Amino acid sequence: MHYTFDIEEGNFTNAGQASGNIKKTLKQLNVNPASIKRIVVALYEAEINAVAHAYGGKIDVDIDSDKITMVVADRGPGIPNIDLAMTEGYSTASKEVREMGFGAGMGLPNIKSNTDQLDIQTQLGVGTTITMTVFF
Amino acid sequence: MKIKEIADLLNGKIIGDINYETESDNAFASDLMSDVLRLTTPCAMLITGLCNMQTIRTAEMADIKVIILARGKIADEEMIEQASVNDIIIIETGYSLFKVSGILYNYGVQPIY
Ligand SMILES: Nc1ncnc2c1ncn2[C@@H]1O[C@H](COP(=O)(O)OP(=O)(O)OP(=O)(O)O)[C@@H](O)[C@H]1O
Ligand SMILES: [Mg+2]
Repeated sequence: MHYTFDIEEGNFTNAGQASGNIKKTLKQLNVNPASIKRIVVALYEAEINAVAHAYGGKIDVDIDSDKITMVVADRGPGIPNIDLAMTEGYSTASKEVREMGFGAGMGLPNIKSNTDQLDIQTQLGVGTTITMTVFF
Repeated sequence: MKIKEIADLLNGKIIGDINYETESDNAFASDLMSDVLRLTTPCAMLITGLCNMQTIRTAEMADIKVIILARGKIADEEMIEQASVNDIIIIETGYSLFKVSGILYNYGVQPIY
């Protein structure tokens, strides 16, 4: 099954809709609750990052019998140093983003620990594409 | 722990199922949602001063059933709707995060770590 969602630039009210949707779908498919939590936490963090640090983007989700693949592709500005960005506590979040409850510098580390496969492709000025796979 | 008991201790207002009983008596307090999303132990209650849609979304993703909004924060209609769809109960209290945490800790509510 394939699902797509749009991520609106700077829209903190709607951020999380895709993750909420996928959570419902996985519940209906009787995926085990522990896997569901890992999946939706990773997707939600990626969704928030696309709103908080980029100019929105698009989400593609594929659900198979034994795994889920989630691709979050945003419209820039790209990540200058991925190793640094993956470091716990590292954050460039603006004051506005912090006021929304984000900027702990834990999103990417959370994504890493909640996924079985993680690939981050980024190009400065173009965008970042995060591909996450979780096996049920 | 009964939701009514918690609300009484905090002089708080319940939005949602008054008769709800938490499965485990533990809680986590934070205004930064990624610190909440990091938890691997099941968490019954989130104590926070962050009051927006992402508070509800975070509870939804992290399977947290009770949100205690401290510092006199009031949930708006959209938050209440989103919480109710996901069977999340909100308790609003005028007490600070520190006071809420102190009262609940004293009452036997366990920290996550
Ligand atoms: N999609 C993205 N586009 C551009 N930069 C990004 C993107 N995602 C993350 N970053 C950069 O990597 C840093 C770390 O991201 P991470 O998600 O770990 O923390 P955060 O978003 O700052 O805070 P938190 O996720 O804890 O709320 C960000 O502060 C930002 O500088
Ligand atoms: Mg983040």
